[in-house]
Amino acid sequence: MATITVPDHTSPVEDAENLRKACEGWGTNENTIVSILGHRNAVQRKQIRQAYEEIYQEDLIKRLESELKGEFEKAVYRWILDPADRDAILAHVAARNAKSDNRTIIEIACIRSPEELLAAKRAYHFRYKHSLEEDVASRTTGDFRKLLVALVSTYRYDGDEVDVSLAGSEAKILHNMIEGKSFNHEEVIRILSTRSKAQLNATFNRYKDTHGASITKSLSGNPADEFSEALCIAIQCIRSPQKYFEKVLRNAINKVGTDEDAITRVIVTRAEKDLKDIKDLYHKRNNASLEHAISKDTSGDYKIFLLTLLGCEEL
Amino acid sequence: MALPGDLDALTKAFSGFGVDENSIISILGKWHPEQRKSFRKGFPQFFREDKRLFERWDERHIAFLEHEFLRFKNAMVLWTLHPWERDARLAKEALAKGDYDILVEIACTRSSEELLGARRAYHSLFDHSIEEDVAYSVNDSNRNLLVALVSSYRYEGARVNEEIAETEAKTLSEAIKNAEKRPIENEEVVRIITTRSKLHLKAVFNYYKEISGTTTEEDLEEGSSLSYTIQCISSPKTYFSKILASALKGSADEKNKQALTRVIVTQADSYMKEISEEYHKQHGVSLSQKIEETTNGNYKDFLLTLVARGD
Repeated sequence: MATITVPDHTSPVEDAENLRKACEGWGTNENTIVSILGHRNAVQRKQIRQAYEEIYQEDLIKRLESELKGEFEKAVYRWILDPADRDAILAHVAARNAKSDNRTIIEIACIRSPEELLAAKRAYHFRYKHSLEEDVASRTTGDFRKLLVALVSTYRYDGDEVDVSLAGSEAKILHNMIEGKSFNHEEVIRILSTRSKAQLNATFNRYKDTHGASITKSLSGNPADEFSEALCIAIQCIRSPQKYFEKVLRNAINKVGTDEDAITRVIVTRAEKDLKDIKDLYHKRNNASLEHAISKDTSGDYKIFLLTLLGCEEL
Repeated sequence: MALPGDLDALTKAFSGFGVDENSIISILGKWHPEQRKSFRKGFPQFFREDKRLFERWDERHIAFLEHEFLRFKNAMVLWTLHPWERDARLAKEALAKGDYDILVEIACTRSSEELLGARRAYHSLFDHSIEEDVAYSVNDSNRNLLVALVSSYRYEGARVNEEIAETEAKTLSEAIKNAEKRPIENEEVVRIITTRSKLHLKAVFNYYKEISGTTTEEDLEEGSSLSYTIQCISSPKTYFSKILASALKGSADEKNKQALTRVIVTQADSYMKEISEEYHKQHGVSLSQKIEETTNGNYKDFLLTLVARGD
């Protein structure tokens, strides 16, 4: 479930005007920006951008980029974009940067629906004049590349039909690879990157039934190389996105020197989807609410914005 | 007794490419029993004397005729299908028969959105994604290339990075000349060919020619998936014209003949004009004329109508 709260009636024109006022003159009224944008869904944010452009002949996003700073600016920038555009930008940053950002690409490839992934790839074409596949492929090598490119290129069947005996045989293939009995990465890549999510979850279930431990448990512990790490992330993302995101948030918060990038990414991309479920999981796992943890670990307008997206009323 | 002209017409109607329905109606339809009997006795290639004293129709020839009668119907159905459904069904059949060249053709000559549409239709028709079926069915060295090709969603804009194209041409050249390893098993080759935009790849192939003096087609193994891939991407019209020429040759086998329907139906609204011009250039005779000479009946008329749309 989503966490953001949205008023019953909103006027894009009024919002645009109020945002303009917040940016005019000395300094910026960040509270206004948070209280408006933090309570608008994707459709409304798009309408506000359009209204702002029509009235002031200026791109609201560019205006906000110049008025705001630091983590707050990054968060607002990502929040105000169209989801497909946002994914394209996140993917681009990740594809160009150090290894540690491959999580983002795997998240986008495995957690978005097939149509959302497609929209992200189109947005990527438009923005960067390249395909996401070619950029990911040209910066990676070996089995890691094969897995990543395959995950990004796939257009999975999105129905519920499942072949039970296939689930059994493919669970076996995965098991053999995990136990180190076989180094056939091709088959594992094939299964993970082409089967439908329903089929894969059936496969993961058979794995658990047959071997006692879930496949994610079997894969945990220090991954030997970037391929194994990517495999692990992909499986977690397909099996349970919410659990995966809870873990990302937990690690980001517990890390010495908080990982704001990760926190922003998770909260901004899930606030309209399943952040409530992620919050609940976080509370169960950490005996403290996510809002409390974020309050302690972040500050200023950035903190207030995050808490707004988390659905906090009393600020 | 039958007139010689009639016999010729019927022979042609019974052995060609498609069936001459009109001759069958006007000649065969009018013959009384004695005439039909003497036709059966006079044509051992279609009928033979059975020991129980009747002229028996050769079974393979009946099967052949059924096939030929179906050509018009198949062409009509293929034409009427939504292009996405058409490509999805063609791909499914190609995969089942191991006709990887047809898979390559669909993946490489359609636009990014057309290929995407075919993948959608495939979901609906077969409850699987095309990539999972290709990955599962293809177990030889072609797998990586084919899966990547059917999954591709290429950038289609005009921007090309010339430096990268030149570097990638060098990579391609080294990989193809390398005697140790087949180019299709080279990851870099597959990466370049299956992810880069078509415009970028055309630049790569041009640099390749500059660097090595030969074209990729000349250097690659003929009939290999990689060779088809590069042909389809660099010049669809040349590729299609070649296929049509094979289909219209006297020695064409069934697979080649089916290509005639497939190419004309799938290209009638795309590259048909360029293909006709290229065919004329390569063979000195117009495509329409060759179709007129080689095929029969409604099938022929249907093909000619589709080809003429390009004019």
